[in-house]
Amino acid sequence: MKKWLNVFEQNKRIQATLIGAYIATTFISLYLAQKSVVAFLLLLSSLLFLYFTSFSNRVKWGIGILVLSVLLPLAASQGEAYQSYMEVATLVGIYIAMALGLNIVVGLAGLLDLGFVAFFAIGAYTYGIFATAQANNFMPFGKYPLSGESFWIFLIVGCVVAAIFGVLLGIPVLRVKGDYLAIVTLGFGEIIRIIFNNLDKPVNITNGAMGLASVQPPKLFGIEFMYPSQFYYVVLVILLLTIFIVRRLEYSKIGRAWKAVRENEIAAQAMGIPLVRTKLMAFAVGASFSGMMGVVFAAKQTFVDPTSFTLLESITILVMVILGGMGSVPGVILGAALVTILNLQVLTELTNWLNQLSLSGVVHIPDALSPAKMQRFIFGLILIVFALYRPQGLLPAKNPRFDEKELKSGVTNVADGKEGAKGVYFNG
Amino acid sequence: MIEHVLQTLPQVIIDGLALGAVYAIVALGYTMVYGILELINFAHGEIFMTGAFVGTALLLSFSAFGWLSSMPMLLALLLVLVATSIVTGLLGMGIERIAYRPLRNAPKLITLITAIGISFLLQDFVRFITELKKGNYILTGPSLFTGQVNISASSIWSGFHDASVKSSFFIVLVTAVVMMMTLDFFVNKTKWGMAMRAVAQDRETAALMSVNVNKVIALTFFIGSALGGATGVLFAIQYGTIDPYIGFILGLKAFTAAVLGGIGNIRGAMFGGIVLGLLEMFAAANLPIVSDGILGAEYKDVFAFSILIIVLIFKPEGLFGKVSVEKV
Repeated sequence: MKKWLNVFEQNKRIQATLIGAYIATTFISLYLAQKSVVAFLLLLSSLLFLYFTSFSNRVKWGIGILVLSVLLPLAASQGEAYQSYMEVATLVGIYIAMALGLNIVVGLAGLLDLGFVAFFAIGAYTYGIFATAQANNFMPFGKYPLSGESFWIFLIVGCVVAAIFGVLLGIPVLRVKGDYLAIVTLGFGEIIRIIFNNLDKPVNITNGAMGLASVQPPKLFGIEFMYPSQFYYVVLVILLLTIFIVRRLEYSKIGRAWKAVRENEIAAQAMGIPLVRTKLMAFAVGASFSGMMGVVFAAKQTFVDPTSFTLLESITILVMVILGGMGSVPGVILGAALVTILNLQVLTELTNWLNQLSLSGVVHIPDALSPAKMQRFIFGLILIVFALYRPQGLLPAKNPRFDEKELKSGVTNVADGKEGAKGVYFNG
Repeated sequence: MIEHVLQTLPQVIIDGLALGAVYAIVALGYTMVYGILELINFAHGEIFMTGAFVGTALLLSFSAFGWLSSMPMLLALLLVLVATSIVTGLLGMGIERIAYRPLRNAPKLITLITAIGISFLLQDFVRFITELKKGNYILTGPSLFTGQVNISASSIWSGFHDASVKSSFFIVLVTAVVMMMTLDFFVNKTKWGMAMRAVAQDRETAALMSVNVNKVIALTFFIGSALGGATGVLFAIQYGTIDPYIGFILGLKAFTAAVLGGIGNIRGAMFGGIVLGLLEMFAAANLPIVSDGILGAEYKDVFAFSILIIVLIFKPEGLFGKVSVEKV
């Protein structure tokens, strides 16, 4: 058995055939059977199998982008369920970007942030206020709502505003350590939500609990983005950019500084790492991803209100990071995808199925036990089980391993620290 | 403006004391566990909530069996308090055994994450059971001690308005004081209390001095959770309606109280709780007036968290805590 596995691992041709066949099968089955959620999920999971193949990174990325940008929308586009599939895919993308942001704060820098959704809220409100007539209430100049073209600028604005708030939160908070930090960020998250909920007087800025309705849809070259299938591409582009940036950051100087701070603050400080700046940087970068996705979220939902930004959301994002593996980019992507799909598809489908069963009188499931309400239970269980038995998550983070001998003997260009350079390996 | 603030002051103080007493006892649970394990027991707020539900369920079944009218009210209350504290105490011990003990040497981040997990699990578990039994997760207990007492504060000084108090206020206050005094006696004067203080100072050395560390930690969780659960019952009696999500914010505020008084310090937690309760009620009553209606009473939560942040920044050891020096 082991021998066969070995052969399989080494033979790229077999892998290529298998993954090709898998993608083709799931593609065709989704293309033909439009209502099959299973086929949709299986096609998405081809990316996970792709991750485990032994192709070079470039090939993997190529196939991955091909599947996501062409095959998935094409296969899903044949029926009525198209928009709902794309809706799920878009939300998965949004949550992945947020989880990657939180991963920088929790996974790389080791700062437990329990109010992360606040930055998402800030991004969403930044666009929401200026893309509705709301801004007329307090802005002395200009005419609102701004047109849909401003969305692209607001992606950057949301990013910057969230980063500023990240630093603002960071400055006072970083004087406190470890577990205090968790509580303070939790408090911050609640404060932001309460303020957004009540900022309709004296000047009506956020429209309070009523929320901001009919946010302008984004526009590009005269095309209005109205449907999830269009947002899907916006999210996909931003997501690819995010993953690229996160991967670059992880192995950069600041990324290594984050990891050093996570492992031991005092030792890191002794090695000359400026603690405050490093931590603030983590907060700012993490927050900015979340803020950017907040802008997209506001534009996609065309409605912003404080109930989308509760503590449960913060914990959901935390669950994604823990489930996937703290500090591991592929892990966090997997975790975010799993949790979002569980939330949006599996639980609702399961509830519908159980409802049908109890309607037809096969089994009777009390309403209180309906899976759609069990989110907290499931998330709590995931957190406990993973913390106790698998704290490194589903796809643990890999650290580059250095081969001392090779480094000493070779004079090749190891110094630039690129992954895959001679003498540097990835364990696991 | 000042006049109005003064007029409402007696009522504010009375409401603040009731709330503060609740905060103080819940804060005790946080501070005891933190003192001994250096762990923020996030689930403590949920233990308080569970206590409120267990107590209300007991009271409801008492009145369903007709026992409530056949025995003195105070006796019924005492029975419910004792039963609830045993249940929640065991719950706390169980949580420690399952979720915290295996992780005692793990990084703090991991333990904190299990604590959040436990807290979510408990919330949903209680919601599930209540919804199954009642069809709705918001529970209203039988109204006890509803008699109104008028305190004629205006006779002390004519600027005050009279304050009115539910008689349950006195029950809450007296029970809270009794619980705090018993705990203070237990920790400072008994053998087990000494063992607890020893473990809090240095776990390894205490173990060498033949203190059974695991037993002491379990006991700490039992006492903290029992007190928290009993407070839940008091809360349910005082405020009437409970839901499974009351524990989180209240726990957060109780934690603020513990930090305010210096975490790890039992008397500090009591003081911090009372102060926070008074401040919060004061803010809720007066923020709208002072700010001309700009800041509504909803901002009282913001107010409490701001206190937490300010204390942590300027005096992280709290009012009565010791400054801790980190050694490499």
